[in-house]
Amino acid sequence: MKKYVWPSVKLTLVFIVICSVLYPLLIALIAKAAPGGGKGETVSVNGKVVGYANIGQKFTDDKYFWSRPSAVDYNAAGSAGSNKGPTNPDYLKLVQDRIDSFLVHNPGVKKEEIPAELVTASGSGLDPDLSPAGAKVQAKRIAAVRKLNEAAIISLIDKQAEKPLLGMFGPAKVNVLKLNIELDKLK
Amino acid sequence: MNTELIGVVVTFLLTVLLAFPLGKYIAKMFAGERTITDFMNPVERFIYRISGIDPKKGMNWKEFLKSMLAINMLWLFYAFFLLLNQSHLPLNPDGNPNMTPDLSFNTAISFLVNCNLQHYSGESGLTYFTQLFVITFLQFVSAATGIAAAVALFNGLKHKTTDNLGNFWDIFTKSITRILLPLCIVMAVIMAFNGSPASFDGKDTITTLQGDTVNVSRGPAAGMIAIKHLGTNGGGWFGANSAHPLENPNYVTNMIELIAQVLIPIAMLFALGFYIKRKKFAYVIFGIMTVGMLFLIVPTMNWEMHGNPEIAKMGILQATGAMEGKEVRFGPAASAYWSIVTTIISTGSVNSMHDSSMPLSGMMQMLGMLINAFYGGCGVGILNYYIYIIIAVFIGGLMVGRTPEFMGHKVEAREVKIAALVTLLSAFLIKGGTALAAYYFVKHGNADWTVQPANWLNNPGNHGFSEMFYEFTSSNANNGSGFEGLGDNNIFWNVTTGFVLILGRFLPIIGPIAIAGLLAKKKFIPESSGTLKVDSLTFGVLTFAIIIIITALSYFPPLVLGPIAEYFSL
Repeated sequence: MKKYVWPSVKLTLVFIVICSVLYPLLIALIAKAAPGGGKGETVSVNGKVVGYANIGQKFTDDKYFWSRPSAVDYNAAGSAGSNKGPTNPDYLKLVQDRIDSFLVHNPGVKKEEIPAELVTASGSGLDPDLSPAGAKVQAKRIAAVRKLNEAAIISLIDKQAEKPLLGMFGPAKVNVLKLNIELDKLK
Repeated sequence: MNTELIGVVVTFLLTVLLAFPLGKYIAKMFAGERTITDFMNPVERFIYRISGIDPKKGMNWKEFLKSMLAINMLWLFYAFFLLLNQSHLPLNPDGNPNMTPDLSFNTAISFLVNCNLQHYSGESGLTYFTQLFVITFLQFVSAATGIAAAVALFNGLKHKTTDNLGNFWDIFTKSITRILLPLCIVMAVIMAFNGSPASFDGKDTITTLQGDTVNVSRGPAAGMIAIKHLGTNGGGWFGANSAHPLENPNYVTNMIELIAQVLIPIAMLFALGFYIKRKKFAYVIFGIMTVGMLFLIVPTMNWEMHGNPEIAKMGILQATGAMEGKEVRFGPAASAYWSIVTTIISTGSVNSMHDSSMPLSGMMQMLGMLINAFYGGCGVGILNYYIYIIIAVFIGGLMVGRTPEFMGHKVEAREVKIAALVTLLSAFLIKGGTALAAYYFVKHGNADWTVQPANWLNNPGNHGFSEMFYEFTSSNANNGSGFEGLGDNNIFWNVTTGFVLILGRFLPIIGPIAIAGLLAKKKFIPESSGTLKVDSLTFGVLTFAIIIIITALSYFPPLVLGPIAEYFSL
């Protein structure tokens, strides 16, 4: 057995040094040159940090674009989806409640105009994005609350929306935090 | 075709395009030919010298397995001890507590066996120290163990008659220094530049635009995300795994993570062809596996992109598909593709929550793990497929009325018995475990555990049954994904899945290596006109049929009770 134990112990020590010490340190060092310096990219308004670019935050105020429902209430100390199955009756009731509540807050919007992501929780609970349609369906409400022209809000969404990667791959989306920051600047 | 579908197709094509040269490189490297990584020679010589290893010394199959098991046992104790005491160790800026003994047991085994089932959330369950010294470490070495096991099989197939399957220490070391580590460094840097954190800072506190105060978990995650995919490990830095916006920030990283997790499994197939100089054999296997994968992926993408019928009934159009548990930046197509890729190759990372997938999508994910050989995990995928081949050779031999042969060696009772045992073991562990869990759920709902059995399930009815069945399927396949609604951090699930994990890892490695060793020792019989041609398409289709039959016979009943019944209740 000794034939196997000593090489095992020594090889283990070697690879602890390589994989757990040298490798992460090297990556941390290189990442200092990355946006955010490897600490996560933040977004600031007037020099004050208001959030992380990639981490969604809770927007429930009628004057802002709402984020998606979240199973962790956008508390980024953790992360999780709802893990509700597609036929779970309690879950389906919750979705129905979200639809009803959305319609109350957004007069003039028809049910079939609501995109699915606004009534379903994301996988991480921290989804920073909406589909462009998910933002546009809220334009009427925001225009009314902020006493702005709806067309101006729609064009803001179009300006902020990110096209699919290289125009070819994946879905289009719009970052809710960045959109709301621009919205605050709209006069 | 829309942009979401194009994204998926291009991702797959890029994977194959990269896997081919990588496979060629792996074959040359393990054959000892000159490669571009020869600059690592002095490093390896240094490692061998201080470890007292003679890399030239061949090993027979028993010595090979003993070395592998010895070092794996050592890692198990090492990981268990650190997890149990992590709060006293450095690099714990968030002040996270020790793991309980049963959770340490489960987690240590889970990462040792390349499964990465997680009954904790990384943000609160681990410290940066254990993330690096236990999790990242095991993600490297368990992947290298899998690759080494596959190379042992290659060596058995390469020579007409041999006792030598290669030197475990040597193959293991080079799997890290010449495959995993270089690829990881490249990928980790890309991840970091796309927004994954890599620094050692603890949680940050911010005031949001709306005025709420929230904490944001961070940490040196980029390096771990790289090995988690390249090593088909799958355990997430954060609780939500690759659905988390810091673990998978955008569509580019999503493509890279998708490519990374399938890259080595496919490359190992090509490597097999080059290494044993039977390219057609490898291409046929690749073709069969790809067809199998498509059978699972195409319908799953279709269901997810069409949305949840129950929500459609409420009058919501779901132009963006079934979005519960999914992220906007990936969309339903890439999420559905990921959910199958991660289950067929035993990664188990997720970018959407499988518990919220449509009923039959959930079944496809389970089938991916039950078969566990369409590409399969880092190295071990080929070993699983090899077992199916041995059974196909046996049945094919019976059909043509000759003693079955595989690559010039007679396949006799002993080898077939081993293959049958490995196959039956999975069915026993998965169904036995699920039955036991269902029994406790029904009969001992109030048992005094951290999570009472009556509260295990996050969803009622058939879907709840699926949650339990999925957990054991994932454990046995060493996959690590879950129907995460399951309340699994308690002594029942930690202990039972711990045992399933370890049996589901090592017996399917020991079995094929034993068969390869036994076959390689036998006298070589030259091919004749009556020999079963194992590199023919006919034999490929036969193997495919065997896979379907074994899987259907073994798992039809639980699939009916879970996802199929749920589907018909829609």
